[in-house]
Amino acid sequence: MAAQNLKHALFCAIITLIIAYPILGLNLEAEGTQVVLEGADTVTVVSIALAAIVVFLFQLFRDTIMASLGRIPRLNPLANREPMEQGRRQRFETIALVLLVMAALAWPFFVSRGSVDLATLVLIYVMLALGLNVVVGLAGLLDLGYVAFYAVGAYTFALLSQYFGISFWLALPLGACLAALFGLVLGFPVLRLRGDYLAIVTLGFGEIIRILLNNMTWLTGGPNGIGGIPDPTLFGMEFGRRIKEEGNSSFHEVFGIAYSSEHKIIFLYLIALVLAVFTAVVIRRFTKMPVGRSWEALREDEIAARSLGLSRTSVKLSAFTIGAFFAGFAGTVFASKQGFISPESFVFLESAIILAIVVLGGMGSQIGVILAAIAVVILPELAREFSEFRMLIFGAAMVLMMVWRPQGLLPMRRIHIELKKQE
Amino acid sequence: MLEVRNLSMRFGGLLAVDQVSLDVQEHEIVSIIGPNGAGKTTVFNCMSGFYRPTGGEILFNDQPIHGKPDYKISRLGLVRTFQHVRLFNKMTVVENLLVAQHRHLNTNLIAGLLGSPNYRKREQKALDRATYWLDRVGLLELANREAGNLAYGQQRRLEIARCMVTEPRLLMLDEPAAGLNPAETRDLNQLIISLKEDYNVSVVLIEHDMSLVMEISDRINVINQGRPLASGTPEEVRQNDDVIKAYLGET
Amino acid sequence: MQDLLYFFQQLINGLTIGSAYALIAIGYTMVYGIIGMINFAHGEIYMIGAYTALITITGLASLGVAWLPLVLLVALICAMLVSSSMGWAVERVAYRPVRGRHRLIPLISAIGMSIFLQNYVHLAQGSRNIGFPALIEGGFTFGPADSFQTSISYMQITIFITTLICMTALSLFISRSRTGRACRAVSQDLGMANLLGIDTNRIISATFIIGAALAAVAGLLLGMYYGSIDPLFGFIAGLKAFTAAVLGGIGSIPGAMLGGLILGVSESMTSGYLSGEYKDVVSFGLLILILLFKPTGLLGKPEVEKI
Repeated sequence: MAAQNLKHALFCAIITLIIAYPILGLNLEAEGTQVVLEGADTVTVVSIALAAIVVFLFQLFRDTIMASLGRIPRLNPLANREPMEQGRRQRFETIALVLLVMAALAWPFFVSRGSVDLATLVLIYVMLALGLNVVVGLAGLLDLGYVAFYAVGAYTFALLSQYFGISFWLALPLGACLAALFGLVLGFPVLRLRGDYLAIVTLGFGEIIRILLNNMTWLTGGPNGIGGIPDPTLFGMEFGRRIKEEGNSSFHEVFGIAYSSEHKIIFLYLIALVLAVFTAVVIRRFTKMPVGRSWEALREDEIAARSLGLSRTSVKLSAFTIGAFFAGFAGTVFASKQGFISPESFVFLESAIILAIVVLGGMGSQIGVILAAIAVVILPELAREFSEFRMLIFGAAMVLMMVWRPQGLLPMRRIHIELKKQE
Repeated sequence: MLEVRNLSMRFGGLLAVDQVSLDVQEHEIVSIIGPNGAGKTTVFNCMSGFYRPTGGEILFNDQPIHGKPDYKISRLGLVRTFQHVRLFNKMTVVENLLVAQHRHLNTNLIAGLLGSPNYRKREQKALDRATYWLDRVGLLELANREAGNLAYGQQRRLEIARCMVTEPRLLMLDEPAAGLNPAETRDLNQLIISLKEDYNVSVVLIEHDMSLVMEISDRINVINQGRPLASGTPEEVRQNDDVIKAYLGET
Repeated sequence: MQDLLYFFQQLINGLTIGSAYALIAIGYTMVYGIIGMINFAHGEIYMIGAYTALITITGLASLGVAWLPLVLLVALICAMLVSSSMGWAVERVAYRPVRGRHRLIPLISAIGMSIFLQNYVHLAQGSRNIGFPALIEGGFTFGPADSFQTSISYMQITIFITTLICMTALSLFISRSRTGRACRAVSQDLGMANLLGIDTNRIISATFIIGAALAAVAGLLLGMYYGSIDPLFGFIAGLKAFTAAVLGGIGSIPGAMLGGLILGVSESMTSGYLSGEYKDVVSFGLLILILLFKPTGLLGKPEVEKI
């Protein structure tokens, strides 16, 4: 047994060296037209050696370590508590959400412009993640091309404003509905595919849309994107220093305050906040409705659901379309916030980030998703020196989540209907 | 009301069902029996639309239904249970019954969001029907439990209740007594008869428990190795030589 | 005449790329055949193979080793070694713990792994593309000297022949060797194979190792063929190879070959006659169409849904 362990541990350590040393320890450097090889610095080499030793020791004492790891959760006082009773959980969540929203409302007036801008981005991701959570978390459909609907929303606004001068407020429902329509049309043929095929096909769709945006230069400007997307207005009041469109008034003049570029940023933030709250409330409501139960039923046992007359296509399609709708929402806000969009913003990596938010945060509640969105967007900004490790950490975190806490993702706990005792 | 004519189902080289015919009248309990692997469940899978039969036809109220998608067949009033109970385990008992009533969910998305009176009335009605059937199968006390936590016999009853809330015309039960103890089997027996008598539902039954089959069936079809062997009243089947040789003699 | 020569040129380019896709596709198809999951990180394994090959070649050049067959052989062996180790490790770390769970869980784990590996190489080697020396140069040309000439480079011939050798070796291995037979048994029924005393974990590991080794071969070949590599270079190639696997019928090895060739040819035809920009659209479109209308692929076996 011990010899077996030793052999295995040695093997694992050697594998660690093989997969780490050539890639990490030997760097390809371009020197003119020539490519040369340079050894990495001592720190890297030592770390690789250390990693191998750690793997060796871990594998050698694997059984002991795993056994003691198994004991740790019992030290955690929260581990053994009863799951919160549903009514209480619901109330708790509602209170937490309301507090969160109140804090979010007051917050922009106390912080810097950059933070507000970042917070708007967080809210956009919150919308995206809540929408994707309907598709992935509730309906159990892995959509890897979610960013395509985001793009549809953003481009709808950009194109409509460019060609027809349509304002943000009109573009918002239009963009969302068009994204939903895209979801409907794309979803209709593909939703009968099995889960993993569906994932790949949606990924393909996302890429196709991006490539089309990139190449239909006559319409979308290709890789150069579309600029000059107008800011939202408040009842016909513009937030710029000068009025761009005739008939509008300007915010600072109406209220007789000094012009500040911060007004616009805060206003956009507030719009994003309202829309994010709207998204959360609507989706919460859906989960309590028949449609929400059907999503769960189909996810749990598709065959049984079909045998009861639930149409697989229409149930899945409803989730897909609703998810796409909110992506379109987020896209419109994004276009307005940036003022400029290009296909660069809608690559697969973006889908992966949104998925990572859902996976990391889907701890059975919308709060989880919201917190994850905050973490995923803000943490790399806080630790800028680590920001290049962001995607590395995401990837690792996704794997770890699946291995240790997949519940985070799949059973987002829907609020159960309870039968009240009739006396 | 249901007529199956020369049904055949082939999987690659294997002819699992070969020229099986059966018919079910209103207000009737018809059983399909046969040794394991005889193709009984395959017949069910064809009837409920999970498989597209490779030959023959299935008529429901003179309408051909073979090849229709499963959910449409179910909406016509042909609803089934499964050999291995298939509940929505993470949902509560009452939710299992609510889901079964959600066939036309897309029409009320907006109404549901706004909570229109019509929508609320419909939800209440669904809840009432669920309550009624839970009471009927004796699971009312457990209404808010997760379905997966029920005892096996309770799960079986819940599955039947889940079919009944859809108000079917024809109920297809795939080995409903499997895994039940004698007392539970007796209750089941009563329940099936009552479905026919009180709710005017016809029943097609696949069952191995001979005493149950003989007691409640109006007619019995025997299948062996995918082919029809005999059919008739319980009495006729019991005395059929082929059946005795091929089926009863074997066990 | 000229049109025909042009057509042949596209055909040759397509077959070249296609056979390399087929090599990568083997990894998808074998893993899917055995444990029913899409190994999303397989494209990254291929990319790592290409990087290792380039590192080896550069290293050998700086040591003064210049004899081409030796350089290629060493690069190939190193690439296969590193990729296989990576394939093995990925399976152990990210897939084995989640095996048998809900279908989406291994898939998400695989996506995470893919992102991780992409950034691993990105951080270690930088994100810019690096030139890959064209070690095999020259070729044949056909056609009149004054107009369009069809050319077949030695590189293309090498890719084609290497693929044929690998495929033949793999087929022999699967049909003749003990491990190969065990592979087939496991892909038919994992549980039963387990009961019969086959060490299924070993077989699954072997599958990942074989797939990764073939991907490394493709990495070396395509790296040389394209002339440059970057950390993202595995992602699209992986998707293409997956398309090839699905096209031919996932789980089927001859299917992967066929699918790769069809995909390669349709891509190069799109590039040649329409526009290079749309070749990815065509291959994804092909993937979607095949999944919609013939999800079992050209040579795959139909799956019967168990109720």
